[in-house]
Amino acid sequence: MTTQDLFEETYGALTVNKVRSGLTILGIVIGIASVIALVAVGQGSQAAIQARIDSLGANLIMIMPGAQTTAGSLVRGAGGSAETLTPADAAAIQSGVANVAAVAPEISGRYQVVYKANNTNTNVIGTTPAYMQVRNVQVADGAWFTNADVTDSNPVAVIGPTVLQDLFAPNVNASATPAMAIGQTIDIKGTEFTVIGVTVAKGGSGFNNQDDMIYVPLGTAQHYLLGSTSYLTEIDIEASTQQSMTQVQNDVTSLLLQRHNIADPTQADFTVLNQESIVSTASSVTGTFTTLLAAIAAISLLVGGIGIMNMMLTTVTERTREIGLRKAIGAKRQDITLQFLAESVLLTFTGGVIGVIFGWIGARGISFFTGITTSVSWGYILLAFGVSAGIGIIFGYYPARRAAGLNPIEALRYE
Amino acid sequence: MKKIIECNNIKKSYGTGATVTEVLKGVTFSVDEGEFLAIMGPSGSGKSTLMHILGALDTPTSGRYFLDGRDVSKLSDEELADIRREKIGFVFQAFNLLPRTSVLRNVALPLMYANVPKEARERIAEKALDDSAFPAAFRGYHSNQLSGGMMQRVAIARSLVNDPALVLADEPTGNLDSRTGEMVLRTFQDLNMRHGRTVVLITHELYVAEHADRIIHIRDGAIVSDEKNPNKRIATGKEEEEQEWK
Repeated sequence: MTTQDLFEETYGALTVNKVRSGLTILGIVIGIASVIALVAVGQGSQAAIQARIDSLGANLIMIMPGAQTTAGSLVRGAGGSAETLTPADAAAIQSGVANVAAVAPEISGRYQVVYKANNTNTNVIGTTPAYMQVRNVQVADGAWFTNADVTDSNPVAVIGPTVLQDLFAPNVNASATPAMAIGQTIDIKGTEFTVIGVTVAKGGSGFNNQDDMIYVPLGTAQHYLLGSTSYLTEIDIEASTQQSMTQVQNDVTSLLLQRHNIADPTQADFTVLNQESIVSTASSVTGTFTTLLAAIAAISLLVGGIGIMNMMLTTVTERTREIGLRKAIGAKRQDITLQFLAESVLLTFTGGVIGVIFGWIGARGISFFTGITTSVSWGYILLAFGVSAGIGIIFGYYPARRAAGLNPIEALRYE
Repeated sequence: MKKIIECNNIKKSYGTGATVTEVLKGVTFSVDEGEFLAIMGPSGSGKSTLMHILGALDTPTSGRYFLDGRDVSKLSDEELADIRREKIGFVFQAFNLLPRTSVLRNVALPLMYANVPKEARERIAEKALDDSAFPAAFRGYHSNQLSGGMMQRVAIARSLVNDPALVLADEPTGNLDSRTGEMVLRTFQDLNMRHGRTVVLITHELYVAEHADRIIHIRDGAIVSDEKNPNKRIATGKEEEEQEWK
């Protein structure tokens, strides 16, 4: 029996009962399609989160003040509330730590911002020109403020696209253009700032919306917005290479411990966050999410496999006489086993091919209708083919063995 | 004369211990090449068991069975499959054709298991259909579109494609009315007389058995008579039936 014969016999046997074969294939189609589509959703979200984190800046290390504790008190304030980081710390990091590409000190706060009759409540960040490099921010129109603006405390501001829209074209369907804003004066906490630039949209939402921001020179923020204090709310550092991130993080930690006169690292009054650790946390969350989706889909695939087994067992019973005849005219056990195994593998493989197509269409549909990013990976497509063929072998093996083991005399007599 | 079948004191029993039933109690006979033999007996006589042993579907509990000079009484299941594929052509009462499959494919089926290339298979199958007088007009049909008599002729053609030493027919007219039964018997007689095929026909009807050269009567697992058939019937009406098919 050649491979071609085997294929022809198999094809013939499956087309004899088209409806039943079709329904059995449908079980596998649904299983494979849901694996492909759901994993695409999971991986798409993972990729989207990764991209969002990457847009924060490359090789980023963030230092935040620690929680405020009063001596002798057990009450611990919110993290980041302590006033421990100073511009001098930032300068010391810049000059004293190797492999630091840029350092951006930050003071941030939420303020009411007014332009003519419009107002919005947004995040105002006082920083230096290095912020552009460290946090990967680009100016779409106009310019970023200079170091001279920082030292001279000039009242200039760079606004994000969301702020632009909110202040210059609220309640209007048409979008505001940067030209409408640049050169205009906006009021932040009673001080007038001249808008000199608008940043490129990055996308984002909620508290971490990088488009809903106003950037002002650090000195200006210290003088006009915070009043007296000179403490920083964050120091952002860009390491020169990804490999040097751990070294930079360690050096920064020991430098700050030394500057703050803290001997015990567990008592540190600041927190060093590594972008990589944020990424790995986020991807472990989305990884779990993907696994969960894949597990749900795998259950439907398993049900499809049992459907295959059920159909094959029915087929073997129905075709008992045919099996008896084949054995009488000289078919060996192996010929019969192969024939029935080929039938179940052809069913699952066909189901796999159709399932991949439907899964891909489904993933595109999910993206189109819900806006969730999906990504269909070749690895999963190949895996789906492998799994569907494997299911054919696993669930077809028992019925095939049962067929091959039939006694020809009894099989020929079977009514 | 070459002996195709040599059975030497063949016994077959089923069951174990106290419940052993001896179905064949020592059967000895032989069949020459080119002979047309009928084995007759009522149901329960052991003729089906004998047919299974003759057809290498089963092995005897004791005794020797030589088929075409080869001892097949002690072979394994897989070796028996080889013997069936090479030396035996089966015709069953219920035809046992593959449903919804073309006539040609049904006939060529045994050759697939013998690894004969596809073109050769179809050529041999056409020849076998000619030999079993299957009308050319029906060759494109599927097995389930044919009448009983036609289906049995397809089955006869299928039994010939491996050029068997023995054609073994188990109640081939059992599912047919008497006229189409006659037609099938005529086909067997043609195969025997014109093509020199060795045919063993198992039946419980004397009328059918009388178409053979020699009749063995079997009863309660033993041969009660084994003699030449003095008044052999020649199946007739072939031309009339061919008229009817058209």
